[in-house]
Amino acid sequence: MRRFILRRLGILVPTVIFVSMLIFALQQLLPGDPALALAGEERDPQVIQFLRHRYHLDEPLPVRYVYWVGGVLKGDLGESIRIQRPVADLVLEKLPVTAELTVLAMLVAVVIGIPAGIVAAVKRGTAWDIAANVVALWGLSTPNFWLGILLILLFSVHLGWLPASGFVSPTESLWGNLSTLIMPAFVLGNAIAAVFMRHTRSAMLQVMRSDYVRTARAKGLSERVVILKHGLRNALGPVITLGALEFGQLLSGAVLTEQVFTIPGFGKLVVDAVFNRDYAVVQGVVLCTASFYILLNLAADLLYAAINPRLRA
Amino acid sequence: MRRTIRSGLIALAIVGFLDQGQALAQQLRIGLQDDPDVLDPTISRTFVGRVVFASMCDKLFDITPDLKIVPQLATGYEWSADQKSLMIKLRDGVLFQDGTKMDAAAVKYSLERHLTLPGSTRKSELTGVTGVEVVDPSIVRINLSAPFAPLLAVLSDRAGMIVSPKAAEAGAAAFASHPVCAGPFKFVERVPQDRIVLERFPDYWNKGHVKIDKVTFLPIPDSAVRLANLKSGDLDMIERVAPTDLDDIKSNPKLTTASIGELGYQGITINVANGPKSKTPIGSDERVRQAFSLAIDRQALVQVVYNGFFIADDQWTGPASPFHLDRPAPARDVAKAKALLAAAGQPHPTIHLTVPNTPTLMQTGQVIQSMAAEAGFDVQLQAMEFASALAASQKGELEALVLAWSGRTDPDGNIFSFVSCDGALNDGKYCNKEVDAALNTARTASDFAQRKAAYDKVTGITDRELPIIYLYHQKWLWALSNKLHGFTPYPDGIIRLGDVTKG
Repeated sequence: MRRFILRRLGILVPTVIFVSMLIFALQQLLPGDPALALAGEERDPQVIQFLRHRYHLDEPLPVRYVYWVGGVLKGDLGESIRIQRPVADLVLEKLPVTAELTVLAMLVAVVIGIPAGIVAAVKRGTAWDIAANVVALWGLSTPNFWLGILLILLFSVHLGWLPASGFVSPTESLWGNLSTLIMPAFVLGNAIAAVFMRHTRSAMLQVMRSDYVRTARAKGLSERVVILKHGLRNALGPVITLGALEFGQLLSGAVLTEQVFTIPGFGKLVVDAVFNRDYAVVQGVVLCTASFYILLNLAADLLYAAINPRLRA
Repeated sequence: MRRTIRSGLIALAIVGFLDQGQALAQQLRIGLQDDPDVLDPTISRTFVGRVVFASMCDKLFDITPDLKIVPQLATGYEWSADQKSLMIKLRDGVLFQDGTKMDAAAVKYSLERHLTLPGSTRKSELTGVTGVEVVDPSIVRINLSAPFAPLLAVLSDRAGMIVSPKAAEAGAAAFASHPVCAGPFKFVERVPQDRIVLERFPDYWNKGHVKIDKVTFLPIPDSAVRLANLKSGDLDMIERVAPTDLDDIKSNPKLTTASIGELGYQGITINVANGPKSKTPIGSDERVRQAFSLAIDRQALVQVVYNGFFIADDQWTGPASPFHLDRPAPARDVAKAKALLAAAGQPHPTIHLTVPNTPTLMQTGQVIQSMAAEAGFDVQLQAMEFASALAASQKGELEALVLAWSGRTDPDGNIFSFVSCDGALNDGKYCNKEVDAALNTARTASDFAQRKAAYDKVTGITDRELPIIYLYHQKWLWALSNKLHGFTPYPDGIIRLGDVTKG
């Protein structure tokens, strides 16, 4: 096991290096000169030249890469050209916001998706099943930004129950925090709830046909115990795996939702940075997200290997 | 038990009192279209930054809604006989928000900072300033290498903002994270992409006119979401409202609007001499450009895309400017356009028109495309993201680009850089020595009539040669909760909160 972990960690380093090079190279494909984009309306040639020089934009690509990597190794992700603040500060400021939104969205997905999947499987072929499937299809096919705007119109403009956008930190006001995140979390969680529902349904259908469920029923156990204890427990395995993957997706998928609800998280940070060609910010955010993905993958691999020794070979 | 109830009641009373205190304090929440860049008037590059600065940093001069220049931190000024030095008398008893004194030394420090700080965007605005002298604690003298008529207008914007030397000494990064000026509101905090909070500066020199206690600026890029926030009561005011939302706002009894014509313009910059892409029918022959301009019905364009709210025009100054010519927008003349194309030997020229990829500008492009088609033009629209379009335009990779300019108080700011031979914003590389001479005359002349004559001459030539085909002027449009009173729109689009009250 130790050798396996070491080997996986050995692969991790070149992966991160490769990803960092990819981030850097891909960004250069973006048309538009960052110094020009950041110089403002006047596009003063002296300012453009100053920005190019200060942020090494006038150097060849490999040199700039070395500058950047050198900084990253020292824990310095560079400085936002637009607002002249360290990227690491911005990342640390925005990460908790997106993390909270992601966790809440996951909660929404679990609370809606899994019970709906169970009901659909248990009441297969009935109106319940059809209704759950229609709702899931709707959830999967509804664009986040559209649903977001609809919710704002209903709950903020017409009913006046929730704030239309913005973010209140939980340390400031817990209710304020929840009231700003409830709609975006629902929007984000909605699509994943649909995925959960469909997977729970099919896993439950499979499990409910298995021998041990038949045995449990034959023993005279109540239907509730059969479904929850014998059925759901075994069906949840693949759903949890899926959940881990969706969680990673969520972190980066919050981009549009954060734009619609003006939530100052990772997504909004990176979108604004792309439009302003604030390269250091884009690089910093993408590097963090990519590292998170890689670590998540590593954790999953290690977990699988721990469960199934055959994988360690 | 009784004690518990009693202390509970007292606690409730205190909470109630605090709540009331909160309600009494006048707080304003303003939705902005963008997030400002660096909060340092010397380095700031964005329009929206100017909106925030207006509440934080007073300037030597300000403008009136009809574009007259009036003293703000100054009380008066005097030009020397040769127009090469400007003496400014300063207001007494003005304090910066850190409690230090605003005097001639501070003004000298600020102006020199604008001129020398690396990355200063003010340096080019203060063209020709050779030095700043302290005459006495309340008088400064600005020396110029040559007369520069737009200087007062320049000092009525960011270049005229005076920062606290004590705060600025801490370094540019430290200053930008906690700017200190001599304006009505002092900086409290900034969360990038989320909010900028300012609160009333109790020792402000003109505090009698400040009725608001706290202002929060919230960048919300989507105009529909900005409006939804206003409607739900989360915001008190929003800027840059989409004209298409005007009817919706007017039908809402809780909202009002304010609007005024802008200083800038919307036009099509033609590449006339910037590389191979200028060797096109429209780039190489002014008759084709004239035909293109004649083929466009500006009134209809404004009606279709902007609900008739914007101002159809073919001039580079807005209607508020005293340099704006009193003439109607040119009428569409398809027959004349066809005749010009025939004379140019190009009855069916193809034009690649690049348009920034926002929905309304794309519509503008499509309307132009269909109008021009009737005169024989084959307009190929190319949608491009704004930053990419700017870079391509500067490199001479485009034939024609739909481009806006937000405008400046002095007309020099709307024309010099765009059409003078070496102008920094002259992407089409248009060059005409006669135009250059007239522009320089207008820059150095002190007399209004002389300047006007020079600009009229420029207009006479550019109307014919059309390096930029001007289309219309936007109008600044704000939507406000009807609890707000006293808001005055200014043609520079900047929100001034003096005398604004809520309740």
